[in-house]
This record gives sequence, structure tokens and C-alpha cells, in this order.
Amino acid sequence: MTTPLPARRRIAPALTYLSLIAASLVVLIPLVVVFLTSLKTSEEVSDGGALSLPGDWLNFDNYATAFSDGKMLSAFANTTFILLFSITGTVIIGSMTAYAIDRFDFRAKKLIMGLFLVATLVPGVTTQVATFQVVNSFGLFNSIWAPILLYMGTDIVSIYIFLQFIRGIPVSLDEAARLDGANTFTIYWRIILPLLKPAIATVVIIKGITVYNDFYIPFLYMPSEDLGTISTALFRFKGPFGAHWEDISAGTILVILPTLLVFLFLQRYIYNGFAQGATK
Amino acid sequence: MTETTRTAPAKVPGTAPPPSRTPAGGEGRRGVRVLRRLTPWFFLAVPLLLLVTFTYVPVGNMIYYSFTDWDGVSPDRRFTGVDNYEQIFTRPELFRVFFVSFYYLAASAVQIVIALYFATVLSFDLRCRNLFKGILFFPYLINGVAIGFVFLYFFQDGGTLDSVLSWFGAGSGHAWLGDPSSANTSLAGVSVWRFTGLNFVLFLGAIQSIPAELYEAAQLDGATRWQQFRHIIAPGIRPVVSLSVILAVSGSLSVFEIPYIMTGGATGTTTFVIQTVKLAFQFNKTGLASAAAVVLLLIILLITWIQRRLVPDEKVDLV
Repeated sequence: MTTPLPARRRIAPALTYLSLIAASLVVLIPLVVVFLTSLKTSEEVSDGGALSLPGDWLNFDNYATAFSDGKMLSAFANTTFILLFSITGTVIIGSMTAYAIDRFDFRAKKLIMGLFLVATLVPGVTTQVATFQVVNSFGLFNSIWAPILLYMGTDIVSIYIFLQFIRGIPVSLDEAARLDGANTFTIYWRIILPLLKPAIATVVIIKGITVYNDFYIPFLYMPSEDLGTISTALFRFKGPFGAHWEDISAGTILVILPTLLVFLFLQRYIYNGFAQGATK
Repeated sequence: MTETTRTAPAKVPGTAPPPSRTPAGGEGRRGVRVLRRLTPWFFLAVPLLLLVTFTYVPVGNMIYYSFTDWDGVSPDRRFTGVDNYEQIFTRPELFRVFFVSFYYLAASAVQIVIALYFATVLSFDLRCRNLFKGILFFPYLINGVAIGFVFLYFFQDGGTLDSVLSWFGAGSGHAWLGDPSSANTSLAGVSVWRFTGLNFVLFLGAIQSIPAELYEAAQLDGATRWQQFRHIIAPGIRPVVSLSVILAVSGSLSVFEIPYIMTGGATGTTTFVIQTVKLAFQFNKTGLASAAAVVLLLIILLITWIQRRLVPDEKVDLV
């Protein structure tokens, strides 16, 4: 019972934990330092080292500056607006496409699936120069609808997630509803859509995080200052705040905080969502 | 298999409607039939419209622009043949951006190895497993601009990195981002920090889908951890690893956010996408930028194709 474990059996777990702790420090230190900086006064930032502690832990002045001068409030409002429309649009469009493709047989089905499949191979960043001309010709440049349309129109991953899921819903449910006199749209709206809830949750999470974090599209399509999203508004901190690291840090933490909260509350779903989203 | 059960009747293409006995009844039935045939299109109209408008029209236009000298604004554009492509491959300052990709490609390799190690370690029972899992994955969820700023401060003179190094007595004062030799390495390091979590979660999911009995059997046979990894885990996660490799390659070629935010492409950190955006939107060389984008697209398609040939994983069944 009490025979000591061989040395190897004790060293290996220790090394494992050591590597985990080292990795955690690599992840956390840069973030913690920015958090500390956000609580410092500008003198503290210029005098002390990066790792020194703030004098007053409840100094939220920089947050107030970032919020008002950095136009973070309107940025959060714009981002929320874009999130609301593009997520709703993505869910409806994705589930309708998946429903049509899975539940009907028609001549052009293979062709349409091919079109969606080939589109996954075209990375969005490569076509942006030409997409810009399309958006511009609709007169949508510098309007909040440009990113919304782009987020809705190019999301193939969500179609796949819905398609995988809709296959698991027995067709007999559709048929039973049809016998009861439901038309196709009613079946989609009252039967399929409610049963797709888990898939919808996945799509909402993935899409939400992608849209919240996206920089490229709002940067290209909404240069106007009133139309800043949290990404572009934060990016503009580079100019006026120059080397005011305490303000920049406060803005950075303001942007990270919602992500952290969502992550803490929805951890399990987020892991699954990304695992599902990427392998499709 | 389920196709046949799902196929609704009256949808065989090309069959003429059966002759109707009473005109009125025939009309009605034909109406129902037309309606039925149109139903899927009713659901697909908007998605297809968006798909074509924002994917296929741009790709088509991009190929067309790439053969012109268009500036993106003026109504007239001149057809210049393959001149743009010639420029990309002969002007060293345009072609150079490809070499920057190698830094990110190397970073991806590092990232996959680290992710694989931690996914393996954390798939066994450990204390604080979920905490470590959360910490490793979280960077992937953070806003790119925020990451840019965090690491601008990190690499600053007397910033986080220098302070940590001084703990260990290492000399600081190195301009991490101002020196061409270390700028790209530093930026690639940020991309490792940011994306390791995604690979880690993908690998972890794949490892956990391997049936537990396999490990039990292996343990009964006295297999070591390494043998278990080599013979059970490695084959089990091959599809996900190959997916990660392809994401890594296309990701390395299309890096934009982090270098744009952190250095704006200065000191030799301009990537392909930064250059394309600058060509198109600052220098109004839409034609040249389109040609660059076509080249990038072709490279990515080629890599995808090679990867599919080399690692034929289970076919994506869509229809």
C-alpha cells in the first residue's frame, strides 16, 4: 500500500502541471498588465514599470475618458444593432436554405449545393476589392446596412450547421403536420424552426462572436466616425490618445469585458459551438 | 438512402401532366403542381440572391478588373491583358509580401504542436482541468483590435515583455516592433497566442470522441501514455489535424488584422492583404489589387486541392 511511487510517476505529473501553469501565465500576464494600466494615472504609467501596481484600485477615470471621448457608447449601440439584424438574418436565411435543400427534391438541387460548397473555398478577404464595388453600387457604402448584408449573405458555416441538424429531425413530423393541413411555410415556422433550437444557439454564439470581433468589414465599409463599431472605435484610440496608455488600456478592457462575461456564462456551449462550426 | 422516402411524388422532371378529364379539375391540379415545384425556390430566393451578389458577382468582377488598369472610380477602364499579373511577379516590392507569410506559417506549426500537447494533456483527468481549458481558449474570443493594443503595450520599450525579461536579468531596450528582424517574429508570436485556443478546442473535441474503452484496453495491456498517444489518439484525430493544417495555410496567407493594427505594415510587416487593401483603397489601383487577390485566391484553392488529394478524409456529404 505505502510503497513509494517510482520517481518517474511523480515527476511526469509535476511537469504537466508546470507546463499548464506556464501556458496560463503566458495567456494572462499581457491581459492583467493592461488591466493594471487601465487603473493607473498618467504619471504612474510614465514613471512606474509595466508591472507596477496602481496606487488607487478604484480609479475609474480612464474608463470615463475612454467611454466619452472614445465614443464607446455609440460604438456599443452600433455593434448591438448590427448584431441583432445580422444574427436574426443569418438564422432565418440559414435555416430556410437548409430546410429547402433537405426537405425538397428538385432539379437544380445539386447545382445549388455546389454553389454553396464552392463559396466556402473563397476566403472573404480576397474578394473584398470587388465586393466593395458591389456594395458601393447599391449606395450602401458608409451605411450600417453594408456590414449587416455582408454578414448575412456570406455565412455558409451556419447553413452547414443547420443542414446537419435538420437531417436528424424525422420527416414523419412534416408529413403528420401536412396531413393536418399545414402548408410548407407553417411546417418550417412551427415545426422545424422550434426543433432547431440547439443549432440556432450554436449559430448565434459563433456568429455573435465573429460579428462582435470583426474589424475588416466595418473598417472598410463604415469609415464615418458616427458609425464606429467597437472594433473601429477602439482602433481610432490610436490617434487622439497617442501614447496615453492608461486610456487605451481602459478602452481595451471595456471591449474585452463583455466577451469575458459571455464566455463565463456560456462556456460549455461556446466550446461545442466552435468545435461544430469549424469542422463543418 | 433516405432520398427515396423523402422524395415527394409528382416531382419527376420532364413528365407531362396527365391529361385531365374535367378542365376545371385539371387547372386546379396544375396550379397545385406549379406551386409545389416553386416551393423550394420560395425558401431559396433570398439566400441565393445574397450568395450570388456577395460571392459570385465579386469573384467574376475581380477576375475582370484584374485584366484592366481601372482605378476604382473613373468610368473608363483600359484592358491591359496580363500586365497586372506580370507586375506582381516581377516587381520585388509587390512579391515580397509572400515571404512574410512564412513567418505566420511557422507560427501555425508551433501553434498546432502546442495545441496538440495541451489537448492531449487535458483530455486526461487533472486538477483544475476546466480552468486551464478556459484560460487556454479565451484568447481566441478576444476582439482583434483589443489584442493588437494589448500586444502593442506588451512589446513597447519598457513594456510588459521588457519588464518580465528584466526579472530574469535579461537586458531590455530592444525595439521589438521597430526592428525588421524581430517585428515579424513578434507579430507571428501574437498570432500563436491568439489562435492556439481554437486548435486546442478542436483537438480536444476530437480526442474526447474516441471511445473510452480503447484507453482502458490499452491500459490493461500496459501501454504507456506515449504509446496511447501514438496508436490511439494520433490516428483518431487525423481529420481534425488535417483541417487545422489547411486553415493554418490559408490563414497565414490572409493575415491582416494584427499587423495592420499594430504596425500598419511598417518595418517589413506588410502582408498580402494589407498590401491589397492599400493598393485598392489608398493608391486607387483596383486593377492591380484585383490581380493580387486573384493570385491569392488561386494559391488558396490550389492548397485546398492538394490537401484534399493528400489526405482524403471522409467526403463531405451535402446532397
